[in-house]
Amino acid sequence: MASKGIKDRVAIVGMGCTKFGELWDKGTDDLLVDAAYQAFESAGIEPNDVDAYWLGTMASGISGLTLSEPLKIQYKPVTRVENMCATGSEALRQACYAVASGAFDVAMAIGVEKLKDSGYSGLVINNPPNDGTEGSMTAPASFSLLAPAYFKKYGLDPDKGKDVLTRIAWKNHKNGAKNPKAQFQKEVSLETIKNSPKIADPLGIMDCSGVSDGSAAAIVVRAEDAHKYCKNPIYIKALSFIAGPAEGPLSQDYDFTTFSEVVASAKDAYAQAGITNPREQISMAEVHDCFTPTELVLYEDFGFSPRGTAWQDVMDGFFDLEGKLPVNPDGGLKSFGHPIGASGLRMMYEMWLQIRGEAGPRQIKNPKLGLTHNLGGAPGRCVSFVSVVGSQVG
Amino acid sequence: MPVMVGIVSYGSYVPYRRLKRSAIGAVLGTPAGKGERAIASFDEDSVSMAVEAVRDALKAAPPGDVQALIFATTTPPYAEKLSAAVIGAAAMLPAEIRASDMTGSVRAGLSALLQGADAIGGGAKRALVAIGDCRLAAPEGKAEQTSGDGAVAFVLGSEGVIAEIEASASLTREFLDSWRAQGERFSHSWEERFTLTQAHSPLLGTVIKNVLEKAKVAPGDLSKVILDAPNARAADEIARALKIDPAKLSDSFALTVGQTGAAHAGLMLAAALPSAKPGDRILVATVADGADAILLRVTPANAGFKPVRSVGRMIESKGDVSYASYLKWREILPTEPPRRPDPDRPAGPPMMRSEKWKFGFVGSRCTNCGTPQLPPQLVCVKCHQRGKMEPYGFADRTAKIATYAIDRLAYSLNPPTVNVVIDFAGGGRFVCEMTDCEPDKVAIGDEIEMTFRRLFTAAGVNNYFWKARPRR
Repeated sequence: MASKGIKDRVAIVGMGCTKFGELWDKGTDDLLVDAAYQAFESAGIEPNDVDAYWLGTMASGISGLTLSEPLKIQYKPVTRVENMCATGSEALRQACYAVASGAFDVAMAIGVEKLKDSGYSGLVINNPPNDGTEGSMTAPASFSLLAPAYFKKYGLDPDKGKDVLTRIAWKNHKNGAKNPKAQFQKEVSLETIKNSPKIADPLGIMDCSGVSDGSAAAIVVRAEDAHKYCKNPIYIKALSFIAGPAEGPLSQDYDFTTFSEVVASAKDAYAQAGITNPREQISMAEVHDCFTPTELVLYEDFGFSPRGTAWQDVMDGFFDLEGKLPVNPDGGLKSFGHPIGASGLRMMYEMWLQIRGEAGPRQIKNPKLGLTHNLGGAPGRCVSFVSVVGSQVG
Repeated sequence: MPVMVGIVSYGSYVPYRRLKRSAIGAVLGTPAGKGERAIASFDEDSVSMAVEAVRDALKAAPPGDVQALIFATTTPPYAEKLSAAVIGAAAMLPAEIRASDMTGSVRAGLSALLQGADAIGGGAKRALVAIGDCRLAAPEGKAEQTSGDGAVAFVLGSEGVIAEIEASASLTREFLDSWRAQGERFSHSWEERFTLTQAHSPLLGTVIKNVLEKAKVAPGDLSKVILDAPNARAADEIARALKIDPAKLSDSFALTVGQTGAAHAGLMLAAALPSAKPGDRILVATVADGADAILLRVTPANAGFKPVRSVGRMIESKGDVSYASYLKWREILPTEPPRRPDPDRPAGPPMMRSEKWKFGFVGSRCTNCGTPQLPPQLVCVKCHQRGKMEPYGFADRTAKIATYAIDRLAYSLNPPTVNVVIDFAGGGRFVCEMTDCEPDKVAIGDEIEMTFRRLFTAAGVNNYFWKARPRR
């Protein structure tokens, strides 16, 4: 019994990504068709060349018909998947396994979310009928629980801690300013971020990712077939997904300065990919920066920084675009917003661009290994996805 | 020989918030009133406050089966649905009890006490009388100034009695005094001179005369006199007529709490009992749609009884609320709804399945590794064994804040919402809302206790559950 992974058995040979934002003139169908056709063209294939589809959406449609209907997919399997904020990544994971198994030659993973049509602010989730005892904390509040716990544990003065969180948001917006597909393409000053209206103390509105619409897609084939489709494919080194036992809200052992699920999925992914020193070996990462304290804690959960020191690395610029390990080079959820089903594939799209040298002003020099990560839920009770992709087999 | 019937235990509840009467005047441009009044928080109602009083009353009571439960209020949260059933579930009373709601008049409080006494006389071992009121009054009116919110509970029995019910008298008259039609939010009242001279004064005088005659007790023999009348002048007139030493008249909490509707006479009684000596006679009388009077004789057992929280302590434990917040809490001032869907109505079947958890705050404890956990689990959070759980109550345990979140985004009638992760002494962790707190003072390590609240009302269903609050 082990998680063996499918290192170097599957490659991505085409990708597409819509612009993310408040796309009032586009519906779910528009977004899906746009992202899918970008991916077909990128891989140089026709829709009918794809043997099976995995569609990730949290709430913008149910069943495979959400995709097969607008694309007029001709009698192929389409599976709709949902795994909270890791939904888009989950679609990719399933497509990769299907190809690796030999069941299909060509698969598409596509994610979409249309958040701005509801008339409500933020995501709306329909809960099953319940006894009325479950908490109703908003997402920013549940992630803000990390801040006082982290500050206290590592003796960080709350003011200093706020500066650290502010710099994370500043860095992501700085990256996003260089990205034509981002929802927000502007640098934001440290002062503006730090003084933004409070949402869930110490988080201000600028510590939160935005709410946007978007879609992204990937074409997946077996590694040995990759060069039939393109010159520089990207190879899947590791795929890990964990749904945690949700013990954080139940157990006094959990201290709200880590995501146990992320630690476990990182360990699994690193084992699959053969990574022993992530701080040195990973060239770049797209992590789930839903709120600034999340990204701070993730640096340590991924072993990018030793425990209690990530805040220092943040202040030193270690994770900046020009730093030793750029994190969220595309601008992250902070600049893209978070259309749930699309985010994981949007992160992979940045890996696709960076590894192929197509990231323009954001280009990182000669990246070898990249990591993408989503987490869904709340601290102590979440799902976590980690992928590692690379430019070469081996 | 007839059995001794009386009070075995009691508990009281005054909500944390106070509205200064001057704050009403400052907003409405009316004369500034004196003192302050107690305000049920946005997440409280007559039932939730009664539960708080009941919990203390049962905690202080010697063991004994409660066989009757009566809830009295003029503000039942449901027009149809037994409020006493909610109280019974929260107090973890067995199903095998007789329970009823008494309402319609502020006199319902003493009427419930008398009915509880009758149940004991009829052979019940213990009767629980819970009284809570949260009366709404129209802005600028006198009742807005004089009313207060609160609750009280009495455990009645025939053994371990601390105050025996020596005699009682009742009168019922039909007259137009205070009324509120179905669907109306605020009560009306008839012109004061009429009710004072033709109803309140004569009724109060007669009912007191009757009860004293029954017990063959002279007014001078009374140690304490508790008069609860809608018009304070009625009480004053009677006290003068009976030549009662003003020092023996109980404080009506007009300046600190306000008149707490059906709960008021009981609340005054709960305040009077701690200092009462064996043999003392206490007279309690209330007038509305008639009058009830009860004569109590304090027993030697009272010296050994200590309420969990005295009325005085509840009055001292307080924090201000602005008049604007109060108007929003009561939905007197309508506010812009949030751009979020309405909360879901809690569903019947899951609520019934989780009754002990939802209402009693009973979690589980693993018999294999001893770890307490909540909500109750099927597989242990610690040792991961299946099916080794036993019920484990958390309602009366204290906890400390492990971390917290100040949520300014969540819709609340009292923003910001404070969420806390709490670790219980003896084990067990829970994440919940914290109420009755000052958000900027919340800190890791603060000690909290649990309180029964109404989280929200959706599609006409009142969703009761538990929250944390700073210790009172």
